[in-house]
Amino acid sequence: MQSDDFSNPGMLWVARGEKLWMTPAGGSGKSCATCHTEASQGMKGVATRYPAMDPGSARLVNIEGRINLCRARHQQVEAFQYESEELLALTAYVAHQSRGMPVKIEIDAQNRRHFDRGRDLYNRRIGQMNLSCAQCHDQNWGKKLLTDTISQGHGNAYPIYRLEWQNAGSLHRRFRNCLYGVRAELLPAGSAEFLDLELFLAWRARGLPLETPGVRR
Amino acid sequence: MLAIVLIPREARRGEIIPIRIAIQHPMETGFRPDNFGRRIPKNVINSLVCRYNGVEIFRAEMGSGIAANPQLQFYTVAQKSGDIIFEWVDDAGQAGGERAALTVSG
Repeated sequence: MQSDDFSNPGMLWVARGEKLWMTPAGGSGKSCATCHTEASQGMKGVATRYPAMDPGSARLVNIEGRINLCRARHQQVEAFQYESEELLALTAYVAHQSRGMPVKIEIDAQNRRHFDRGRDLYNRRIGQMNLSCAQCHDQNWGKKLLTDTISQGHGNAYPIYRLEWQNAGSLHRRFRNCLYGVRAELLPAGSAEFLDLELFLAWRARGLPLETPGVRR
Repeated sequence: MLAIVLIPREARRGEIIPIRIAIQHPMETGFRPDNFGRRIPKNVINSLVCRYNGVEIFRAEMGSGIAANPQLQFYTVAQKSGDIIFEWVDDAGQAGGERAALTVSG
């Protein structure tokens, strides 16, 4: 279902992202294509390096964050809401350009702090269930949680189309699902903790090919 | 409303060709409550028509049993070059359309 571009419902979001890429927005009258031209060239391989440090603000940003920074700095238009149809579509379109390329994250002096925090969160027991991410996704992957096979917890196919949601969703929405599952406090999508965790997961998935848009159960 | 239509670009006369369409639509059943317990009104694509050179070749009436982002596939016989045009309307009264061109040789 995922590998057939027509059967993959995520391609609807990619197609929508392509339209948004060409659409001028904001006071500047610029579209994404004005600066970046063809996404198939300009955006190829970009998603393999994210989340990355933004030199301007010295903050960690993922593709969603980068799109919103671009909107603020270059298009002078308000940010898309996290998890909005538009942001999902553009993110899927940008990440789709790197499909098949291996995740390539390097940990250096700039992002080391975020990486360490992400790894701590991954290994920390949280919630009423007192479970860490690692206990399911490192120690018990491949086994069953009720009828579901426990995944290895890689984020290389996001944004995904999830059949349970009947909709596309971001990695952070999936994080919130997991937090709900272990009865932990739900963090907002786009929060600093989730970005740190996303960086750790990207490092953990290094070498795996990007699959965006993925289809998951 | 966004849709992707997939047909062969070219076909020989008399050839049986597959026609596929995927539409981005929530297909709200009308049975689900929202976060405040209120019923979300039913909103599905209730009718979809496909015309090939103006002749209706396929019609679907969908209900609340069809999943979100529906995909339909059917077959037709390629006769002559022309447009394959889809039109559909949902319960909210929103209409959508999509077209694809087919070249028939022979």
